[in-house]
Amino acid sequence: MEEAVKEIIDENQEYVINMGPQHPSTHGVLRLVVSLKGEIVKNVEPHIGYVHRGIEKMCESITYPQIIHLTDRMDYLSAHINNEAVCLNVEKALEIEIPERVKVIRTIMAELTRIQSHQLFWATFGMDLGGLTCFFYGLRDREKVMDIFEETCGGRLLLSYNCPGGLMYDLHPNFQKRVKEFIKYFRKTLPEYDQLLTGNVIFRERTTGIGRLSLNDAISHGITGPVGRASGFSCDVRKYEPYSAYDRVKFNEVLFDDGDTFHRYLVRMEEMKESMNIIDQLIDNIPEGQYAVKMKPVIRLPEGEYYQRVETPRGELGVYIISDGNKNPYRVKFRSPNFVNLSVLNMITKGFKIADLVAISGSLDLIIPDIDR
Amino acid sequence: MDKIQLGELIKSFDKDIEIRNGKQFTEVTVPPLKLYHLARLLKDNKETSFDFLFCLTGVDYGQDLGVVYHLRSTKLNHSLVLKTRTSDRENPRFDSVADIWRTAEFNEREVFDLLGVRFSNHPDLRRFFLSSSYGFPLRKDFVDDVNVVTKK
Repeated sequence: MEEAVKEIIDENQEYVINMGPQHPSTHGVLRLVVSLKGEIVKNVEPHIGYVHRGIEKMCESITYPQIIHLTDRMDYLSAHINNEAVCLNVEKALEIEIPERVKVIRTIMAELTRIQSHQLFWATFGMDLGGLTCFFYGLRDREKVMDIFEETCGGRLLLSYNCPGGLMYDLHPNFQKRVKEFIKYFRKTLPEYDQLLTGNVIFRERTTGIGRLSLNDAISHGITGPVGRASGFSCDVRKYEPYSAYDRVKFNEVLFDDGDTFHRYLVRMEEMKESMNIIDQLIDNIPEGQYAVKMKPVIRLPEGEYYQRVETPRGELGVYIISDGNKNPYRVKFRSPNFVNLSVLNMITKGFKIADLVAISGSLDLIIPDIDR
Repeated sequence: MDKIQLGELIKSFDKDIEIRNGKQFTEVTVPPLKLYHLARLLKDNKETSFDFLFCLTGVDYGQDLGVVYHLRSTKLNHSLVLKTRTSDRENPRFDSVADIWRTAEFNEREVFDLLGVRFSNHPDLRRFFLSSSYGFPLRKDFVDDVNVVTKK
């Protein structure tokens, strides 16, 4: 008995708790085994694989158009951009020139996807830190984007709007009108987000200076997306390797140097404004023409290796296809941004309090099905 | 530096290196024993300075098992594909590059989990997604006779 008591009050002993797999702030089935000394985090060890579906293995036995529907299920908040990555890779391998109309529509849809993903980030990040109102505000505005998606392609979350050679079907006649309405509406409501959360003293105290990631660590860990850009790593694929219509629009790459939780949040807030600017430049200039080029019924890629990267709301998604000339690929690898971003969690959380772990993992904006694939 | 100059520079590092100019990237093939040395050189040499490992893939080529490293230099903005392969399917082993590019730590664990390739000097090589009794599903000869139903 005495020994047991002694063990409990032994200050040097670490104590281990499980966060997840069913924890509201991990946004999915991520299990973090956290070693604590008092309230201070000593070590965070992620345990993953709870939604591992073996997508890479499944891809080896299905055809290229079928793969597109599987990529929806990886990062479900950027379904359109995941589809685009596979389509661009197939089109590059077959050396198909796709119509200008398709490029512009894909870009607009991708930016709408980015806005709704960041809206959901803002909503859940606020909720993780105790501001439940954020969740209602965020979802209220996100609903408007989802309605546009639903009218365009029938799906709200898993769009599958792209296919090799173009799009599944043409735009809905209301599309331009509704997107313009949404931009006008969101320009008015975005300042509410700042009033509610960005300037809040409690929020600032809980995020500023917490979980700092240096530029060198970001590059060495392969961090991309808003997390990398908050640390000053210029890693926007839309800038350094433009695809679709990004080479003809003007926008700024949002960069900060601090690399703390607050600046990771701020990058996303600024990116929503940049996305609206991009849509503004394109929405009135959608070229007329075909919405898809006619493809052969069975798509076979020439033998070789193809890599295509795109910028999802969470970073660089790479699709690496090795083809042996058959109708299904020999090997497909998805370079998922979330898997890589997770690797930095342990390093930047060490030394902070357990409540900060929620703020830091929230600011990484992890989507678990994309980690597990 | 264009792709051909880059290829020539890397060729001068070691005589065992094979260079192929692909459509998108310069491809470099190196024997497993010289992998770590070359990786270190590619990172530290001022003219190459590949500091960003953006994709690490394990591939089963049928006879061989291999690992593919996609590298980019954030300063000089050029890219490279580094490949290595071994014919030992029983006990495949490569040197870990986790101390050169920290991102390799997670990625190599994934390759070990799905392909059964071991990495020497890796700080924490354990299964990641699957349980330890499960086979290595990304190998071409993997058969899952519990969950997969085949038509007869």
